[in-house]
Amino acid sequence: MKTLILAFVLLGAAPAAFACESVSVGGITVQQPWSRVSIGTQRPGVLYLTIRNDGPADDALTAVSTPAAETPMLHETVVSDGIASMPHVMQVPVPAGETVELRPGGYHGMLMGLTGPLEEGATFPVTLTFATAGEITIPVQVLSMRAEGPECDDGQ
Amino acid sequence: MRRRSVILLGLGGAASAAAFTLGLGAWRSREGVLARQDPRLPLPLSLMDWRLTDHRGNAVSPDDWIGRPAMVFFGFTWCPDVCPTTLLDISDWLEELGSDADDLTVALITVDPERDRPEVLADYLANFDPRITGLTGTSDQVGSAAEGFRVTYQKVPREGEDYTMNHTAGVFLFHRDGRFGGIVDFHEDRRYTIPKIRRMLG
Repeated sequence: MKTLILAFVLLGAAPAAFACESVSVGGITVQQPWSRVSIGTQRPGVLYLTIRNDGPADDALTAVSTPAAETPMLHETVVSDGIASMPHVMQVPVPAGETVELRPGGYHGMLMGLTGPLEEGATFPVTLTFATAGEITIPVQVLSMRAEGPECDDGQ
Repeated sequence: MRRRSVILLGLGGAASAAAFTLGLGAWRSREGVLARQDPRLPLPLSLMDWRLTDHRGNAVSPDDWIGRPAMVFFGFTWCPDVCPTTLLDISDWLEELGSDADDLTVALITVDPERDRPEVLADYLANFDPRITGLTGTSDQVGSAAEGFRVTYQKVPREGEDYTMNHTAGVFLFHRDGRFGGIVDFHEDRRYTIPKIRRMLG
């Protein structure tokens, strides 16, 4: 009984923390997907996550799709000579044995044409297509506008 | 021989002192400053010439900022990555500086005045530290401001009517008297940023 009460207390104490999802197919593991709350649907939403390649061969993230946006795309923020640009990238390479992050200031998914506002605390699915591993579908947590990284309750 | 050198040196010294005094006027003039100005760096606020509107609808010009240290950056609210990241960084810095930063002018100047009207900026900035002011204007007004800060930006068309903007990403710091005080680069380590800002505040 005591343990049960303790469990409830712990749950109540961390309402903003999620069990960050992790999905593996072949050697590819996608984890800690997150996005930020949107202001309406006019501005593009964002998608960040981590990809780990434990397989023996290089792979690459080549496409992203989601019912949350009409035109989800892969972009990279590049600052060259002090000028920030955000070129569209055809693929994000995920070399064998490496971990690649889509994170603020680097690679990111850009969710153009949101089909509805992204609300804090909600989740939406994204399907990532890898050149070798194929498709991985994973739920994405929508965090606050002030989130700067994934918020997981497992301390990751 | 030795004595003569001393006299010559003395004369030389007097002449340079006179030249220095005469030169000081020119040195301090707008032209003098502009001539010595590194063309890649922002002008002192006192030599900038622009007029913008803030997200509360008030007119703002560079003179309004002189007397307080300032932190200024360019961006636009339709960008999903760089601008929220910069705004979050700045919000974090302000939080760390606490009330020491109450004196600091913090401004986002939009490079996308077409979409970022004052009320749009107000809506967006409501999500960040309330000390951050958003500035917009006509495209010419934004162009004049960018010129003063030596900022470049460019509209990049995308599918349909949509577009994005490339723009200078750093955060500019200014001393109380309006002199340019440094740039915080986009990927700069936060450990160096706070002391840099504190130097402006002091």
